[in-house]
Amino acid sequence: MAVMTYREALNLALREEMRRDPDVFVIGEEVGLYEGAYKVTQGLLKEFGPKRIVDTPIAESGFTGVGIGAAMVGLRPVVEMMTFNFALLALDQIVNSAAKLNYMSGGQYNVPIVIRGPGGPAHQLAAQHSQSMEVYFYHVPGLKVVRPSTPMDAKGLLKSAIRDDNPVIFIESETLYNVKGEVSEDPDFLVPLGQAAVRREGTDVTVIAYMGMMYRAMEAAEELAKDGISVEIVDPRTLQPLDTETIIRSVRKTHRAVVVEAGAGFAGMGSEIATEITEEAFDDLDAPVARVTGAQAPMPYARSLERLKTPTKEKIADAIRQVCYANGSR
Amino acid sequence: MAITKVVMPKLSEQMDSGKIIKWIKKEGDRVQSGDILAEVETDKADVEMEAFGSGVLRKILVSAGDKAPVGALIGVIAEEGDDINAVVAQAGGGAPSAAASSAGAKPAMADRPAAVPPQPKSEDHAERTPSPSKGPESPGIRRAQETVAQQPVVTEMAPRPQAPAAADGGRVKASPLARKIAAQSGVDLKLVHGSGPGGRIVRRDVEAAAAAPAAAAAPSAAAPSPALRPVTPTVTGPEYEDVALSTMRAAIAKRMPLSKAPVPHFYVTSEVAMDRAWELREELNGLEGQPKISVNDLVIRTCALTLLHHPGVNASFQGESIRVFHRVHMGIAVALEEGLITPVLRDAHAKTLAQIAVEARDLAERARQRKLRTQELSGATFSISNLGMFDVRDFSAIINPPEGAILAVGSVRKVPVVTDEGLGVGRRMAMTISCDHRVMDGAMGARFLQDVKRLLEEPLRLLV
Repeated sequence: MAVMTYREALNLALREEMRRDPDVFVIGEEVGLYEGAYKVTQGLLKEFGPKRIVDTPIAESGFTGVGIGAAMVGLRPVVEMMTFNFALLALDQIVNSAAKLNYMSGGQYNVPIVIRGPGGPAHQLAAQHSQSMEVYFYHVPGLKVVRPSTPMDAKGLLKSAIRDDNPVIFIESETLYNVKGEVSEDPDFLVPLGQAAVRREGTDVTVIAYMGMMYRAMEAAEELAKDGISVEIVDPRTLQPLDTETIIRSVRKTHRAVVVEAGAGFAGMGSEIATEITEEAFDDLDAPVARVTGAQAPMPYARSLERLKTPTKEKIADAIRQVCYANGSR
Repeated sequence: MAITKVVMPKLSEQMDSGKIIKWIKKEGDRVQSGDILAEVETDKADVEMEAFGSGVLRKILVSAGDKAPVGALIGVIAEEGDDINAVVAQAGGGAPSAAASSAGAKPAMADRPAAVPPQPKSEDHAERTPSPSKGPESPGIRRAQETVAQQPVVTEMAPRPQAPAAADGGRVKASPLARKIAAQSGVDLKLVHGSGPGGRIVRRDVEAAAAAPAAAAAPSAAAPSPALRPVTPTVTGPEYEDVALSTMRAAIAKRMPLSKAPVPHFYVTSEVAMDRAWELREELNGLEGQPKISVNDLVIRTCALTLLHHPGVNASFQGESIRVFHRVHMGIAVALEEGLITPVLRDAHAKTLAQIAVEARDLAERARQRKLRTQELSGATFSISNLGMFDVRDFSAIINPPEGAILAVGSVRKVPVVTDEGLGVGRRMAMTISCDHRVMDGAMGARFLQDVKRLLEEPLRLLV
């Protein structure tokens, strides 16, 4: 174990996988000479050379297509989106080619590609650069979608994503790159896709949250513990496939659930998880599943408005009190 | 693709069982949702019972002329190829066949449809003339059948408590969990005051009602009139404080009255000469590489072995039968800061002293850290509560239902004893067994205790 940042954990994962498998290569804007807009690819050009660390023009659709083609003939590309908002330019490549070629070729081709980069709200990145991009992808059959919240998961899940034979959308966060944590230095350490983690054990309510929202939920849980409300926090880690089993097991124990998501709530991850809970654990529920989501509005640039748009610790705590019927009467 | 369970509907508030006057459909008939399946006689009226699922009436479990309790499975609608064995077996797996036609009204066991023996095919329902059957159409009927999406196994479906009678029209608002608990504990939701938004009944309301049924019936009686409030003399500090119940304390508060009130306890006390057991224990604990054996470990093993010879004590009252266990799962009461918890040492009769010592310590340890798995907290067939470490001479314990008995163990004390030579010093330990009188009688408890005493006084037998 070593303590390192989320950014360093991603870098280590790339480095280890590139050493292990000569078919792995990195492609994207500024990944080589500039060592990545967020320095995730720092030092990789020096170690692996320009054939495996490929700088591209500003052309997301083009270099994503190059990656998909390379994957079809047996390479394992890791495509970096400078921010995941730019993946919108490559949406046709991702949705219509990467996700579907295995199916449409009758299994003759598979596309072992990882498309990674930061996404979701950060600090004053405004409307076009703050979007929770996962919603565009987890709806598409054929794509796996990962959102790793901790340095340990960043490393273990990125390695699993690279080794996976299917296209994986791997969305990091600008706000987490400097988060430090313990990370396994074992080159064979993996976190399997499709497994949620219980971040905190509790008995009164289950909060399902990932990335920055998971950390805010943790703060809310600390605060509510003083009022005697015991919060369990489940981090799904992978959104597609979603580990409903862990979520349901937790809700069966606590009888209440709050889902937090940074993006707008309509038809979001919260709706999906709330539905799964209602279908699987209806008779165990003591309150309707509550959602805490971003407002249905573009992200404002102003800091004060950004705060209004996004789920905060206070909003999360309010929702928890609400499902625990603890509004003042406790 | 769905299996619809046809259950005896609750057609009036007082109804706890109903009689099938006649089946309109017979086994093998194709039915559509809305078809009349059968006519049911209640205490008030004869009512037609509709089908709420489509398919084939695959099985009739209660024949015409027979009674079934509310909520009991009386038929199954499914497609031709569906496997309905699990559903049917569920209905037949309860108590031995209580004659469903007995006149005395049985208490409705909402969580466990009472066993109705599967009837041989009987299409002979012509003998009863169809009665005019014109009771008012109760909205309650619609809830009596539950359609389950086809799964490999049809999981438990607690029948929903009924909507209130048409008279007051309104639906009782309760969370699904509150409904489930109410059905299991026999709480009538109509009498419960809901503390949730819009008067929704939530879990804590039902639990409170289950713990204090009288209070639930008259919720306003408790508030003292201001005029009656006594004038308190001036004292420093508040007169009292209300400490919130921890989850565990609340569970204990809820469960214990469930034992003490309905379970008729009796107690038998005996004293054991522990001199030889004490020596044996010291000798065992002197051995290198052996786990340390506590007095309680000796008691656990002794009871486990003795229970095998006294199955009547290793038993549980089941309403219409007594369930006698052939294995001993020992509940061990562990005191915690905020209460007590009873982890279960499974198959204690088949374990050596060393195994018992290791497992019991592990369970107690994890109980203190609150790390027990749920399956380690249920399924005991007998329990032991030992307060020996508190220098307690003897005490009696409350049975942990549905178990039939619990042994309360006091300290091993050095006391003067009369020997052949005169007066000596011996080690003695008192044990009191609390027994459920519905399951066993005094002599049975006494004989069990006598054998426990014998075994503890010849402790070498514990090693073989």
